[in-house]
Amino acid sequence: MEALVASAIGVMVASGVYLLLRARTYPVVLGLTLLSYAANLFVFSMGRLTLDGPPVGKAIKKVAKTGEVAPFADPLPQALVLTAIVISFGMTAFIVALAVKSMATLETDHVDGEEPSS
Amino acid sequence: MTLLWIILLPLLGLVLPLLASKHSRAAASISAFLPPAISLGLLLSLTSSAFGGEPLIVRWPWMPEFGMNLALRLDGLGFLFAFLILAIGLLVVTYAHWYLHHDDPPGRFFSSLLLFMGAMLGVVLSENLMLLVVFWELTSISSFLLIGYWHDRPEAREGARMALAITGSGGLALIGGALLLGHMVGSYQLTEILASGDLIRNHDLYLPALALVLLGAFTKSAQFPFHFWLPNAMTAPTPVSAYLHSATMVKAGIFLMARLHPALAGTATWVFVVSTVGLVTMVVGAYVAIKEHDLKGLLAYSTISHLGLITAMLGFGVKLAVLGAIFHIFNHAAFKASLFMTAGIVDHEAGTRDVRELGGLYQSMPIVFTLGLLGSAAMAGVPFFNGFLSKEMFFHEAVYMAEHAPFKELTAAWLLPVVATIGGILSVAYSIRFVVDTFLGEEPDSFPGHPHDPSLGFWGPVALLVAVSVVGGIVPNLVAGSMVEYASTAASTGVSNLEALPKKYHGIKLWHGFNIPLMMSGIAFVVGFGVFTVRGSIISFHESLPDVRGKKIFESLLSGFRALSRTVTENLENGSLQRYLAFMIATILVAGGLPLWQNGFEVAGARSMLAPDAVSVIGWALLVVGAVAAASLHRARIQALISVGLVGLMISLAFVQFSGPDLAMTQLSVEVVNVMLLLLALFGLPETSPRETTTLQRIRDIGLAIGAGGGAGLVSYGIMTREYGTIGDYLLTHSYPEGYGTNVVNVILVDFRGFDTMGEISVLVIAALGLCSMLTGDKPDVPFPRTPARERYPMILSHVARPLMALVLAAAIYIFLRGHNEPGGGFIAGLITTVALIIQYVAHGRDWADNRMRMNFRLIALVGVLIAVASGMAAWWFDLAFLTQGVTRVPMPLIDYVKLPSTIAFDLGVFLAVVGSVMTMLLRLGAFNHEQAMGPRDPMTPNKEEDDPWKP
Repeated sequence: MEALVASAIGVMVASGVYLLLRARTYPVVLGLTLLSYAANLFVFSMGRLTLDGPPVGKAIKKVAKTGEVAPFADPLPQALVLTAIVISFGMTAFIVALAVKSMATLETDHVDGEEPSS
Repeated sequence: MTLLWIILLPLLGLVLPLLASKHSRAAASISAFLPPAISLGLLLSLTSSAFGGEPLIVRWPWMPEFGMNLALRLDGLGFLFAFLILAIGLLVVTYAHWYLHHDDPPGRFFSSLLLFMGAMLGVVLSENLMLLVVFWELTSISSFLLIGYWHDRPEAREGARMALAITGSGGLALIGGALLLGHMVGSYQLTEILASGDLIRNHDLYLPALALVLLGAFTKSAQFPFHFWLPNAMTAPTPVSAYLHSATMVKAGIFLMARLHPALAGTATWVFVVSTVGLVTMVVGAYVAIKEHDLKGLLAYSTISHLGLITAMLGFGVKLAVLGAIFHIFNHAAFKASLFMTAGIVDHEAGTRDVRELGGLYQSMPIVFTLGLLGSAAMAGVPFFNGFLSKEMFFHEAVYMAEHAPFKELTAAWLLPVVATIGGILSVAYSIRFVVDTFLGEEPDSFPGHPHDPSLGFWGPVALLVAVSVVGGIVPNLVAGSMVEYASTAASTGVSNLEALPKKYHGIKLWHGFNIPLMMSGIAFVVGFGVFTVRGSIISFHESLPDVRGKKIFESLLSGFRALSRTVTENLENGSLQRYLAFMIATILVAGGLPLWQNGFEVAGARSMLAPDAVSVIGWALLVVGAVAAASLHRARIQALISVGLVGLMISLAFVQFSGPDLAMTQLSVEVVNVMLLLLALFGLPETSPRETTTLQRIRDIGLAIGAGGGAGLVSYGIMTREYGTIGDYLLTHSYPEGYGTNVVNVILVDFRGFDTMGEISVLVIAALGLCSMLTGDKPDVPFPRTPARERYPMILSHVARPLMALVLAAAIYIFLRGHNEPGGGFIAGLITTVALIIQYVAHGRDWADNRMRMNFRLIALVGVLIAVASGMAAWWFDLAFLTQGVTRVPMPLIDYVKLPSTIAFDLGVFLAVVGSVMTMLLRLGAFNHEQAMGPRDPMTPNKEEDDPWKP
């Protein structure tokens, strides 16, 4: 399972980097989206993988008494990733706005702001 | 403390001329005169302690852990220099008052002068070597300001830049040398460094340290081959030249050699290098001075020559030579300052300082002529002038050195007195030229100006300096004797192989009897006069030679460097974002991969792994397909977007699988708005990307992508298969007792890390506002490539959307309320609400939805942040820290009571901020598209509702 997640992160990073290196704004935005997926999953996996142990619900009350944390997933990376998902949406929106605005102003969607000369 | 004030007064006083110049020019001059005058008084009050044998040292700790102290030192050497700096500084201020044109701003001139003065005082009075270096750099910078005072003249800017480049790079070398010295001795205190001469001279690092220090000294003192900046600095106003090139700036290098003489001198390397450089500089400078037509240029090269003489004497290193060097520093400062000022007066009154246009000025300017004549006599070394005495000492030492080690072993040792005599001959020749070609000879038909003797204030300072030169030549011990002796003692103690002063030494003597030095002087005068008479042929001979000025070499070096840096910049920074990113990613790969490559690493750790199941493998496969498809289909943008959406969905499933229900809900709802956003963006962008990269480029990009992906994958695999420690356990156990909730993730967001969350919703709101401010603007001149679709809104969606909205909103409220204990919370509820609202826009169109949803989402977002902040501040009411949360029992009918945690207010803020900002972003982008296609909406006309299926 760990290998699956790791390779998924790798594939997303690879696709994201490839898209990041394209010449037009839209693929770059998609690339950034893929990279932020990968980053979120990466941060999430820092808490290691846990099956059937959401750190949620009445069972948490028992943890306070017994101190037994065994079946639960690490809640900290989850909290970090939760806000990261929302923030990365905000950033994507901002870059999209840049792309749209630069298209409207410069009449090209090339990342350098002008059509290649050749 | 007095010592500190000597330096501080000019530095603090530099604001005075700036303020006073608003009042009058005289006020500016007087205010510039006062600080050095007081400093000079303070210095003289310390005479007895300076000459008391032990140097006066004061110390304030600054950064003691780095050996950096604000420490000052006054000994004979420092006293002599500080005296010259202040005394000649006062004369220069007086002189400048008459010299400056009424167009020249006096405030800037005098404050730069005071800055420079303070920096020079700092150099000569520092006890800490690093402090000395700091002041040294300050002299470079302030002299740049002074040389470039007439900054509207290109040659002034060029001269200033050159002086800064040369002395500044020398300063860098000096820093290196100072660090090495500090490393060798273990302290930057001069007292300790000067006492550790033997340690330094026998240290392995002696040679590099010596080279670096000498590089600093030679550049500053314009020694060959770094001499060329000095003539180019003659573009400065003459008072500046008189000050910088007689007593101060160029003497700083000499001072440094004298200061560190006890620590560095005494080796054969020192003797050969320093005296050879000095002698070469002396002859080259004197030779070039003969052919200069510009009076100041002549004096500049003469200065170089005399600096060479002093350097050579310091290089000889024997006690009497050091004494002679110090004595000549004093003498040269006096007569050279007077001559520069004379040249300035001639320039000021006659309107030119080119000797070819001058002549016969003795008639119209008798006083100035007399002063110039006397000053030149001192420069030439005529008996009964101070220049004669120190020149005789130099001749004497040259003869002495030729007979003693280490020169004795050389077969060419006889060259030493010969070269010294040649220097003397040339200096006689240019001194005669200075007087004869300016004041004697035929008067030209007309001058650019009206030559006449100026007022007393203008020539007074010159007269004073000339008087010092004359009296100092007759009764030297009275004028400078003890000061020079104490200074040379300070410069030579500690050098073990220096000879003590001869037993019979009774101060500087005027008459030594008929001896070899006197004979050398005689030769110098006779031959020098002969050289002067044939100066015309020398000049024409010189002009027939190829022009190998240092200035040219410097400039071609400079333009070479410029071209090099331009090439590097243009190749690295060619304006292509793709290239920048490729460089960055390659750098990350190298920086991240290299340590792993070098040290080797085990990929898999020992942690036991989970077995994959069929569902996970299918999800993984879909994710990989989506990601690869997004990259390979990227030119067909809709397809690429769908593929990215697929990846996002698989991620949310992964969160479900690996026990992150909150994350899964967040990811899912964000995915919906994200796809919506990217679709909206496509409206304003082309549908496809052109194929424009070369195969080579694509191969490079694929390589980088595989490298990055492989690296990320390996790293995450490595981490996931290893054990770790986490504070997650603490959060799990304390979530309920202290955070009053059983959804630990939510408790972390609103309680444990509430401050963090507050920052994050602020970022989100700022992003929304930034997007709004960017996406404004009128309808473009050129028509937009696309027009809005004309089709009817999808009927089924339209019919389902409205009842669905009520359900979704109810679900959102439920998810919001339970969020503290079960999966949910402000973020998720906010995103779900946004989806519910935005669906109305999709189903019915903007106009329809806008008419029914008259809400200012920007305001909602801001209110959300404010509520979050206010809920945090509420804790202050209970004397608790910001964002401390609590719980209360709210009585309820029927069900007794409800436990209501205060975090609900904070979560409400999060909810509103999310709804407000995401709605703002999407709506603004949609509106922008619409404006681009149709022109801005007219606020006066009511919105037209098209194709409303609900209309009766």
